Amino acid sequence: MNDSLQKQLINDLLIESFEGLDRYDAHLLALEQGQSGTDVWNDIFRAIHTIKGTSGCLGLGKIEKVAHAGENLLDLLRSGSLQPDQGMISTLLRLSDALREMLRTLEAQGVEGSTDFSPLLTALQDHITPGPVAQPEASTPVEPAGFGLFDDDTADTVALKSAAPEANESSGGFGFFDAPPSSYAAASGGTGSKPAANAPGTKPAATAAPSAEIHRSAASDSAIRVDVSQLDKLMNLVGELVLARNQIVQKTVGYNDTSLTTAAQRLNIITSELQEGVMKTRMQPIGNVWSKFPRIVRDVAHELGKEVRLEMSGKDTELDRTIIEAIKDPLIHIVRNSIDHGLEGPEGRRQAGKPAEGLLSLRAFHEGGQVNIEIADDGAGINIVRVKNKAVEKGLLSADQALRMSDREALNLIFLPGFSTAAQVTNLSGRGVGMDVVKTNIEKIGGSVDLSSETGVGTTMKIKIPLTLAIIPALVVTAGGERFAIPQVSLLELVRVEREQAEKTIEYIYGAPVYRLRGQLLPLAFLKKELKLSESTHSEDATNIVVLQADGRQFGLIVDEINDTEEIVVKPLGKHLKGITCFSGATIMGDGRVALILDVLGLAQHANLIPEVNEQKQTSGRKQEESRDDRQTLLVFNVGTNTRMAIPLSMVARLEEIARNKVEKSAGQEVVQYRGQLLSLVPVAQFIPEAAGEVDAQADQDTMHVIVYTEQGRSIGLVVGQISDIVEESLAVRRDSRRQGVLGSAVIQGRVTDLLDASGVIRSFDPSFFETSLPAASNPEPVLS
Amino acid sequence: MSESRQLCTFHLGSMFFGIDVLNVQEVLRFQQMTKVPLAPVVIRGLINLRGQIVAAIDLRERLGLKPREDGVDPMNVIVRTEDGAISLLVDEIGDVLEIDTAGMDRPPETVRGSARDLIQGVYKLKDRLLLILDTEKTVNMSASAGK
Repeated sequence: MNDSLQKQLINDLLIESFEGLDRYDAHLLALEQGQSGTDVWNDIFRAIHTIKGTSGCLGLGKIEKVAHAGENLLDLLRSGSLQPDQGMISTLLRLSDALREMLRTLEAQGVEGSTDFSPLLTALQDHITPGPVAQPEASTPVEPAGFGLFDDDTADTVALKSAAPEANESSGGFGFFDAPPSSYAAASGGTGSKPAANAPGTKPAATAAPSAEIHRSAASDSAIRVDVSQLDKLMNLVGELVLARNQIVQKTVGYNDTSLTTAAQRLNIITSELQEGVMKTRMQPIGNVWSKFPRIVRDVAHELGKEVRLEMSGKDTELDRTIIEAIKDPLIHIVRNSIDHGLEGPEGRRQAGKPAEGLLSLRAFHEGGQVNIEIADDGAGINIVRVKNKAVEKGLLSADQALRMSDREALNLIFLPGFSTAAQVTNLSGRGVGMDVVKTNIEKIGGSVDLSSETGVGTTMKIKIPLTLAIIPALVVTAGGERFAIPQVSLLELVRVEREQAEKTIEYIYGAPVYRLRGQLLPLAFLKKELKLSESTHSEDATNIVVLQADGRQFGLIVDEINDTEEIVVKPLGKHLKGITCFSGATIMGDGRVALILDVLGLAQHANLIPEVNEQKQTSGRKQEESRDDRQTLLVFNVGTNTRMAIPLSMVARLEEIARNKVEKSAGQEVVQYRGQLLSLVPVAQFIPEAAGEVDAQADQDTMHVIVYTEQGRSIGLVVGQISDIVEESLAVRRDSRRQGVLGSAVIQGRVTDLLDASGVIRSFDPSFFETSLPAASNPEPVLS
Repeated sequence: MSESRQLCTFHLGSMFFGIDVLNVQEVLRFQQMTKVPLAPVVIRGLINLRGQIVAAIDLRERLGLKPREDGVDPMNVIVRTEDGAISLLVDEIGDVLEIDTAGMDRPPETVRGSARDLIQGVYKLKDRLLLILDTEKTVNMSASAGK
């Protein structure tokens, strides 16, 4: 047998064996659930027998030996001589693990590996021993003749085989085996034919061949295995064809030539069909991933001492294989999580008046060009208060933020990086894949995760993912003379507002445009402004609002023109442009020019329509100080005689005018009584080198201006010279870390203005301010001097 | 120790540059470009190179020269990099020259600015100087202050 043939055979063995073992596991679990049938045992037996036979042919002694030991037990079970029990099934599952391990090592390293499976072999043997006693003489003579390759076959194991199925009075007649022929007839299905064809002369293979024909189903006759990279290549070519088609179809519009138009139309249709066809070849049923779940659920549940019933529907729902790959790990994680954290133990469930057995249901279905996957449990639901507390504890958000947060938002906290905590880590979850990774992975393929939970009733996680990634339907819009493609997945509706109405219907809250869409406030963003595009000469006879959804929230994007919907081929942007979160890729339009594909989520975050999850991590207003190229509302004020400064308005709790005669002293600090608390006053000018020593311009006045800054329930007052204005500006901050009390400078209203480092100033004034925890604030010290 | 190198040469204003011909995939006349909003200024846009999307770097911007006058269309020198093809926008394309590395000098200390890091060496042609660019560094924006 030459090398490449050997390799090919081993490859076939691997593919067949893995498939067989998946079936094997599934059947065993079904048996454990109480279903039964000789067919099932036959199939289980066949899977192991196939592995034994093929590995024997290929000289893989160790795999063969292990498989053989299992086969002995299975044969007894199959014939009904032994009744399966829990322990037996566990051992049999261990057998499939052992075989998988060896096969994987074989796949990776070309050898069977050195793990010692003798405990497993003993365990298998132990299950057999109470059964029928060996009758060595029955079949020993067969051995030398037929099984030259099956060196490990010892007399007694073969004897067991023959001892078992007296019941099977099949009309055998393979002559070769004295042992019950039916077992071999049924068992060798699928195995034999390939080695037989490729390696004639190997005796077991030759004998197996005729029986294989009995088993080979019609399905395998009409199916072939194709290399995935071949399909990927085809898919790319079809993508190119779609582009060429788009170009040609667009070009023919200008010609008044019927035959050309007809040909173009035919090309159009054929391309679409071809695209669909090629796409189908890459489709796989989601059941391929799910088939592993019964086993995972069983193991996890056993380990946690929980009882879980798994229900799956929509196994046949098909998805592109790249997507299947991408969602595999997130799904497994979610399932583990649901059992670990979602479902209660049997005791807890009984107390809650629910059946002891928890229900975990997986559902997949197509809807609106997307695949929906729902993972639901009927457990205790997510305790929102606990989630909030945990998040505050972890410093992911402030107590203040937690209070204001809606339940829906709070639920989404579990997706924050760093939320999965050490206290939660059991053997099962907390393996380094947090829910944040789950979410990122799903979003990476253009999907979304939605979580809903009802206390005491259960938790449902809904995942929506696109069917395929390569070619997507998109809406093409124009803004500032450029075209952009918006993936249809994110698109909800289009709204057109006539110009006369637009002025009235688009309202502003602190400069932020909103639109009332059927009674709901829809935050708006101007695409032109967000992308800093030049004003086009576009005549605005109407305002077009594209209503989009990202991260479960809706917002409106105002564009100049809405062009058309088109199938586009997604192409990645090079590394130079990877950093721009507003775009997810580019595509080539019908006229051959490039158009950018908008990343709806990234754009929404860029426009501050959706808070960036990662930034919530940084507590307090520091994030606002990290002003990047964003539009911000700023409070502009003077410090000292003439130093112009600004801070983001979001950091300002209130503006107060405080009469100078109200100022009192406490521990050397100036304080005032303010809303039942003591408010420390920070003379900002003293912390800014430029203004230090200067007297505030308004020092002679009776009142002083104080910016009240609140953090975790504690307030502090920043005393400034004069409040000038509140402006909304797009900041280009030049950072300057050397200057004390200043974050950097930017041009605001045409003047260079320093940005006050409020946290820094407060910290140098009162280092404990940010550390002191919440309770301190509610107990103002009763000091008066 | 001398060896010969072949350089693809081009003009930017009054200056004469060359890059290793082995890095050059092809040279194209002006191509329609799609601007990328929010991108660094150096990136002038994206071009469609037979179905492949390629970013175009304005070499004038990259080398700190003054912007091209209006109405002058740049040409594309498509270079191969680790991350796929990138187009370099130049004013005009020159010949492929074979030079002897022995005649190559380091750029004098008096050359300042961001461009200095990108210049591998100066080659003394009979009538003018040829500045040899390091292709990898030129397309690698993060390596130096390119903005």
